Amino acid sequence: MEQQRSLSGSSQSPRSPSSQPYLSVSVTDPVKLGNGVQAYISYRVITKTNFPEYQGPEKIVIRRYSDFIWLRDRLFEKYKGIFIPPVPEKSAVEKFRFSAEFIEMRRRALDIFVNRIASHNLLQQSEDLRTFLQADEETMERLRSHETGIFKKKPADLMQIFKDVQSKVSDVVLGKEKPVEESNPEYEKLKHYVFELENHLAEAQKHAYRLVKRHRELGQSLSDFGKAAKLLGACEGQVLGKAFSDLGAKSEVLSAKLQKEAHQLLMSFEEPLKDYVRAVQSIKATIGERANAFRQQCELAETMKLKEINLDKLMLTRSDRVGEAEHEQQVRRRQEDLRQSSD
Amino acid sequence: MMGSENPGFEESHLSASREEMENLVLDDPLTTTTATTNNNSYSSFRSANSSISDAATRHPLSPPVLSTPAESDPLLSPPVFRNPNASDNNSYIEPPSYADVIFSPFDDNSANEINRVDSTSHDLDSSLTLSRSSSSTSDYIKITVSNPKKEQETTNSLVPGGNTYYTYLITTRTNIVDFGSSEFSVRRRFRDVVTLSDRLVESYRGYFIPPRPDKNVVESQVMQKQEFVEQRRVALEKYLRRLVEHPVIRQSDELKVFLQVEGRLTLSMSTDVASRMLDGAVKLPKQLFGESTAVMAPHEVVQPAKGGRDLLRLFKELRQSVANDWGGSKPPVVEEDKVFLEKKEWIHDLEQQISNASQQAESLVKAQQDMGETMGELGLAFIKLTKFENEEAMYNSQRVRAADMKCLATAAVKASRFYRELNAQTVKHLDTLHEYLGLMLAVHGAFSDRSSALLTVQTLLSELSTLHARAEKLEAASSKIFGGDKSRIHKIEELKETIRVTEDAKNVAIREYERIKENNKCELERLDKERRVDFLNMLKGFVVNQVGYAEKISDVWAKVAEETSGYAKDSC
Repeated sequence: MEQQRSLSGSSQSPRSPSSQPYLSVSVTDPVKLGNGVQAYISYRVITKTNFPEYQGPEKIVIRRYSDFIWLRDRLFEKYKGIFIPPVPEKSAVEKFRFSAEFIEMRRRALDIFVNRIASHNLLQQSEDLRTFLQADEETMERLRSHETGIFKKKPADLMQIFKDVQSKVSDVVLGKEKPVEESNPEYEKLKHYVFELENHLAEAQKHAYRLVKRHRELGQSLSDFGKAAKLLGACEGQVLGKAFSDLGAKSEVLSAKLQKEAHQLLMSFEEPLKDYVRAVQSIKATIGERANAFRQQCELAETMKLKEINLDKLMLTRSDRVGEAEHEQQVRRRQEDLRQSSD
Repeated sequence: MMGSENPGFEESHLSASREEMENLVLDDPLTTTTATTNNNSYSSFRSANSSISDAATRHPLSPPVLSTPAESDPLLSPPVFRNPNASDNNSYIEPPSYADVIFSPFDDNSANEINRVDSTSHDLDSSLTLSRSSSSTSDYIKITVSNPKKEQETTNSLVPGGNTYYTYLITTRTNIVDFGSSEFSVRRRFRDVVTLSDRLVESYRGYFIPPRPDKNVVESQVMQKQEFVEQRRVALEKYLRRLVEHPVIRQSDELKVFLQVEGRLTLSMSTDVASRMLDGAVKLPKQLFGESTAVMAPHEVVQPAKGGRDLLRLFKELRQSVANDWGGSKPPVVEEDKVFLEKKEWIHDLEQQISNASQQAESLVKAQQDMGETMGELGLAFIKLTKFENEEAMYNSQRVRAADMKCLATAAVKASRFYRELNAQTVKHLDTLHEYLGLMLAVHGAFSDRSSALLTVQTLLSELSTLHARAEKLEAASSKIFGGDKSRIHKIEELKETIRVTEDAKNVAIREYERIKENNKCELERLDKERRVDFLNMLKGFVVNQVGYAEKISDVWAKVAEETSGYAKDSC
């Protein structure tokens, strides 16, 4: 990941523009817009590139968080099997508070997200990426709202969802064990590893986040204690009083340091850890898609078998129905080929 | 810091401590859970204090005045639960540093309790802390409360199966001649302690008498019996130790009887308040109708009216105090001592600040505890991750990373241990604040002794002037009648008798008031002196502690940084 990042470079120092193709993006300048419940943060996305497909060497657009989500969802659908870089989580609560720290963390994560896409050989060619980086705000808004909800799914997808539910129910009722696992043992091992890894990383991240909180709490109570010590010193006076107020002063200094340490810990330790967790989750999602595709393939294979048996039966009994059944079978075969190729 | 003074020393310990860490880490889930369950079962700071201090088996810091070699005698200290962590501490004391040299006596003392009686480290201890009493070297008295036992109430139990109560073994070791012997024990129940406390409050008006432990009626029902009994045992020990610290109370008869005489504690006037009130209620009608003496006997004057049998006296004094507050005229005698009044206000302010500081100390301790816990949990999570990576690794680079991760993890676990040790010490140091809060209660008691004594004087003076006025009127009236008025003359004589008795009472009351004033003054001086010393020691101990552990913890992290310095070069 680090290697890829250095390839794409920062917006300040682009590589030799003429020789090597490059695409570098930066997400900057978070600005709070809107009021109350509808408030949101907009970011400036600066693209510098010499790719021919792009409109020009530099482009600046304004994007908001949901636009990034849109991009991620599109890529996830189009590029099945590729690990799509993760986006920072939605948060219903923090959104309203919009603390400076939260905004900065989100900005960083979004910047890393886009850059990872830009440095990925396949993903960087994506048309959706181009749209994201170049389209004007109205277009973006239209696309964004178009993609939400159930309307996103095409009728074929809806049918698939129903079929999934159907098969699941019938499995439960009939007590049939569907073989979800592929026969490739190495892949299975990897899958198992990824799932376990997520648990461990998530736990570590949880504690890391708590540790940040503890630093803040310790800083706060040290500061309060310092204040109390100062007051006590004022009451006591003389040598003892001075001792107390010295203690108080030092406590407050230490408290400030602890707050700083907490911030550092958050940015340099907890956030990267969280990034790893998200990355693993994204891998899991891709694995899930693969499992889905595999399952569909199995189902289709079964359906095909049934159809073949049917066909044979029909061939023996009623020849006029044969044409229909064969045609159906061909359609199914074609579909199956398509799915297999997308593995 | 990183280039330590004895590199060779460090080296040899590096591998050894690594191995230890391996072993320790395996134990860790156990020890952390026991520590946390210990800490979670008590919600309040004070009980956390007792549990942490017991668990860490640290040498109690609070009475530096009792510099006795007996302190470090393992046979004397009560049997205490040993935290398995404590044995590991020895391995962390080694790395030499400035702070270690100064505060290792605290660590050593814990080792003392199992290993040896170490008087040398104790000298260090006393040289660090300012000694409170001048006569600390000559006489000493040490009290231990132990061995709680459940006993049955033998007499007159209405409930079949009887009333059970707990008794505690109170052992005293002393070289003070007055006690007669140098070591003795007695079994006492809590009720006896209440009696002792009440007697002391009566006899030592004007003194700052340490408050006794609470009765805790509700808590005793709610808590587990064992916990409650242990809590009470600790509280009793603290209370008795504070009592003997007090230079005046230490010599009291009541205390002597309490510590030495076995059996039911019946000090004088052992009737409880309720029966006294009842007595008084019976007396009142008689007093109102003039049958019984409506006059305060001198011997009664030396006790406050409140809680006494004499309800009439209570009413009179109440009337007087109302007159003081709302009446137009000034009472005959007022608190004139300006110095005292200023001091009183200042004490009030001091109490507020101490209370505030003690609250913040509590939250500081909690924050430190949380920090240690979370740090430990983080370390463990990383250890698990490391193990996982090692087991499931498909590439060697994973194993390399895992090894580096382990350094971080073990550092976190080490740091977490240090935090917990730090906290155990902090609790002990900052407990001084709590102790002084308790003492403030005693101060209030002493001040109210003074004001009630004053009120008694004022009441008597008002009464006297009333009586005199009445006598004058009677005399004037009777002198007008020619030949004298037999009944009036008789009345006058009676009145004169009453006046005489009241005069006596007044004199006694004034003497008592002066005595209490004097006591107050001495106690205030003593409080000032002792408080300065105690607070300075507290501050010193607290700061040295913080510094020492900060050093240790930062050494741990510095080492990790060095071990993983390769990564620092790669990152942007």
